Amino acid sequence: MPMNLTTFEAPAREQLSLVIVGHVDHGKSTLVGRMLADTGSIDPGRLARVKAICERQGKRFEYAFLLDALEAEQAQGITIDAARCFFHGEQRDYILIDAPGHIEFLKNMISGAARAEAAILLIDAEEGVQENSRRHGYLLSLLGIRQVVVAVNKMDRIGYDQAVFDRVEREYRDFLGQISVTPAAFIPVSALEGGNVVTRSAPMPWYQGPTILQAMERFEKEAEPADQPLRFPVQDVYKFNRAGDARRIIAGRITSGTLRTGDEVVFLPSGKKTRIKTIEAFNADALPGTAQAGQSVGVTMTEQIYASRGDVMCHPDRPLQVSNRLRVNLVWLGRAALRAGQVYKLKLGTFSGLCEVERFIEVIDASALRDSGHEDRVERHEVAEVVLRLRDPIACDLSHEFADTGRFVLVDGYDMAGGGIIREVLSAGEKKGPVRWTSEVGSIDRRLRETRQGHRAVVVALHEDLEGTAESLAAAIEESLWTAGRHVFRLRFEAVDVIQPRPGELNLRTACFGRVAALANAGQVVLATIPFAASVTQQDVLRLPGLESVPCAQVRFRGDRDDALDWVLDPAHGERELHEEVRRRLDPLLALGS
Amino acid sequence: MEHLDKLEAQSIYILREAYANFKNLCMLWSIGKDSTVMLWLARKAFFGHVPFPLVHIDTHYKIPEMIRFRDQIALDWGLTMVIGQNEEALAAGMGPGRGRLTCCTALKTRALKQTLDGTGPRYRIQPDGSYAPDTDREPYTGVIVGARGDEEGSRSKERYFSPRTKENDWQLDDQPPELWNQFKTDFAPGTHIRIHPLLDWSEINIWEYIAREGMPITSLYYDTGSGRRYRSLGCAPCTGDVASTASNPFEIIEELRNTNIAERSGRAQDQEDPHALERLRRDGYM
Repeated sequence: MPMNLTTFEAPAREQLSLVIVGHVDHGKSTLVGRMLADTGSIDPGRLARVKAICERQGKRFEYAFLLDALEAEQAQGITIDAARCFFHGEQRDYILIDAPGHIEFLKNMISGAARAEAAILLIDAEEGVQENSRRHGYLLSLLGIRQVVVAVNKMDRIGYDQAVFDRVEREYRDFLGQISVTPAAFIPVSALEGGNVVTRSAPMPWYQGPTILQAMERFEKEAEPADQPLRFPVQDVYKFNRAGDARRIIAGRITSGTLRTGDEVVFLPSGKKTRIKTIEAFNADALPGTAQAGQSVGVTMTEQIYASRGDVMCHPDRPLQVSNRLRVNLVWLGRAALRAGQVYKLKLGTFSGLCEVERFIEVIDASALRDSGHEDRVERHEVAEVVLRLRDPIACDLSHEFADTGRFVLVDGYDMAGGGIIREVLSAGEKKGPVRWTSEVGSIDRRLRETRQGHRAVVVALHEDLEGTAESLAAAIEESLWTAGRHVFRLRFEAVDVIQPRPGELNLRTACFGRVAALANAGQVVLATIPFAASVTQQDVLRLPGLESVPCAQVRFRGDRDDALDWVLDPAHGERELHEEVRRRLDPLLALGS
Repeated sequence: MEHLDKLEAQSIYILREAYANFKNLCMLWSIGKDSTVMLWLARKAFFGHVPFPLVHIDTHYKIPEMIRFRDQIALDWGLTMVIGQNEEALAAGMGPGRGRLTCCTALKTRALKQTLDGTGPRYRIQPDGSYAPDTDREPYTGVIVGARGDEEGSRSKERYFSPRTKENDWQLDDQPPELWNQFKTDFAPGTHIRIHPLLDWSEINIWEYIAREGMPITSLYYDTGSGRRYRSLGCAPCTGDVASTASNPFEIIEELRNTNIAERSGRAQDQEDPHALERLRRDGYM
C-alpha cells in the first residue's frame, strides 16, 4: 500500500559534530563506545560479534573496540585515526569524532577536530592534566572551537573522590583561561562503568551538574553567517560549450553573507566590478533570486569580466583586505621544520600561491605554553606566530571576523604541513622572489634578431587542461613552423615548483621561466606546455620578466575567455583542425610590424 | 540551512574541487544507491553536465537489472560511460566458487586497479548504447568514490581526499591531515587520489535525498510484490535480499528509523573475518 506522499514529512534531523580529544589512554574511545552502547545506538549483532572476537582471542572486552576498527589499533590498544560515528540523541543527531591522543597522530587529531563544532576534552582523574591535555586545549582554540566540555574520567579509579576532581578542575581551568577558553562544564565521569555518561553515577552524589549526554544536548548549533558581509570564493568558471550550453557560470560556495540577483559585486584582488545576472540551478522549477552562506551555487554576470579560481567576490562596500604580507598564528605538522628561505604553498579558500616566512615572532611549545627556546624555525607539533610573505597578493580576512576566508594551510612538497589563522593583514611589501639572481645580456637585442630572421618572437603557453592534447598539439606546431623556416623552440614545464630547492640550488620554477624569457629574447617562437593544476597561472606567464613587448598567447581547452591572446579551443575538434586554428591565429603575430 | 542542504552543498564543493584539481578524473559508479546519488550531485554541481567519465567495474556476476539501469541512465543523461573487467580471470573460470575473497580480489580489486591505471581493458559507451574499446588509456589520477563513513569501521576513518600508492594501497596509519576544506591535491607521479564526496552521509540521508529529489534509482531496492528487496547491492551470488515490503523511498526511511541491523549484513564477504573489508580496502577495494 503506497503511502500518501503529500502528507509524508521527512525533515532530516539537525546534526552536530562533536570531537572527543585528550591525552593518550585517558579513555576517549571507551567514552564514545559506552555512549553508543548505553543509548542503544549500536547494532546488537555488532556488539555480540566484537564480544565474541574478544573471547576467541582471549582479550577482555573493551567498549573502545567498537570504535577502534583498524586492525593495528586493536592490536596496539590505541586510536590511530579519527573515527566518526553517527549517534542519535533525543533532540538531534550527532557525529562523534573520536580523535587519537597519541602525539604521533596529532595531525589526525587536528583533522578530526577541524570538522567539529564542539568538543569534549577528556582528562584522566588519576594522571591529571598531561601534555596533550594542554596541547589539545590550545589547538581547539586555534581551530576556533568555542564550545567545550571537560570530562574528568576514571573517577572509579580514585574512589570517586571529589577533592581530586576539584584539583584537576582548578588546574585545567587555569590553563584554559590563559588561552581564553571557557568550558561550559566540568563533569566527573567513569566511562568504564557508564557513570555520568548517559545515566547519573550513584557513587558521586556530590555532583549535581549535567551528564555528558545532557551537556551535549546543550551545545548550540552554529548558524550559517547569512547576515554577515558577502564572501564568495570563486571555485571555478564553467562553460560547457561542447554540450551546447552557452552559459558562463562562476561557481563557488558562499562562505558568508547573502547574494541577490542584480547585486553589484567586486572581485578581489583584481578589483573588477560587475552585476549578478542570474543565480543558476539544476532540477529547480525556477531560478532562485537569492543564495546565502553555506550554499554551493553558480552565478552569471551582466558583463563578461575575467574572474578565475582564487578570486573572492564580495559587495563593494564590505571588501576583503588585499596584501601579500600576513601576521598569522599556526601549528606545524610537517616532518621537516618550517624555516625561513624555504618556499611553501599557501592555500586559503580556493586561492593557492607561494609564500615564505619573513619573520618568526614567537615559537611556543603548546604542551607547556612556554617558549620553545628557538626562534629560527618551527618544529613539528609546535605552534608559532610568524609573518608570511606571499609572491602574489591575496584577498583575505581576519580569522575572528570571517572564519573561512581568515584561515589557511601550508603545503610543503606534496604534503599539507601546517594550518593557521590570520591575525593581521600587513601593508604590502616589495615583491621579491625566493631567488635573487640577475644577469646582463649582450647588445644585439631582440628587435635586430627579429628583423634579420624575418619574423617576430612569440611565446605560446599551451595549458594541459585536457588529457594528452596540449603536448601533441605543441609538437605538431613546432614541426610545421620549423618546416616553414621559423625559429621555434618547444619545451615542457614540469610541476616542480612545489618541491623545495635545496640550499644553494636554483629554484626550478624560476629556472623554467628564465629559459622562456631567454629563448624569446633570442628571437624564438617559444612553445611551452604547462601542466594542469601546477601553480603556474596565466598571470605567471604574462608577467615573465623581460618579456614586456613579446606577445604571450594562451592556448586552453577549458575556460571561457577568448580574445586576441587567449585562445580557447574546442576539444571536440581533431588534431588537424586544432593545429590549423592555432596557426591561423599565431601567424599574424609573427609578422614584422605587427 | 537544513541538514540535507548542508550535505548537498559540501558534496558539491568536493566534486568541484576534484574537477578543478585533477586532469584525469573519473567517478566510480557501482549503480547502487550511494553512487547514483553521487552522480546526481555531480549533475547539480556542473549544472546538468557530468564533465568526466563514469567507470563501472563489471564483475560479470552483477544482477542483470543493474546493467539495464546503467545503460539506460547513461544514454538519458549523456554520460561518458566506461566499463572495466578482469577478462583474463573470467576466461580462467574465476567465480565465487573459488572462494569469496579470492573472487572479490580478482574481479573487483584487480579489475579496478587495471582499469584505473589503464593496463586493463576499458570500453566506452557509443551513441547507440553499445560499447567499444576506449582509446583513452591514460591512468586516472583522481578517482571519485561513493564511500560513506557510517558503512563500516575502517571507512569512518577516511579522508575526503585520500591518497593511494602506486600499488593502490591505502596507508591507514599515515593519512594526510585535512582541515577546513583544504584537501590533498598535490601528489607524487604514479600515485592517485581517491575522492569521497559522501563521507558525511548516512544510509538514511541517502534515502531522504532520493525522496526529496525524486531521482531515479534501480528498482532492486524496492519490494515489487515478493515481500523481499535488496538493501545493499553487489554481485548476484553474494548479495542477499531482506524481508521487507518497502516499495518506495519513504517506506524505506520509515523502516530504517526502526532498525539497528547493519546495512551490509546481506554481504557475504564481510562475514568471513572481522577485518575483511579493511584488508580489501587497503588493497584498493572501494
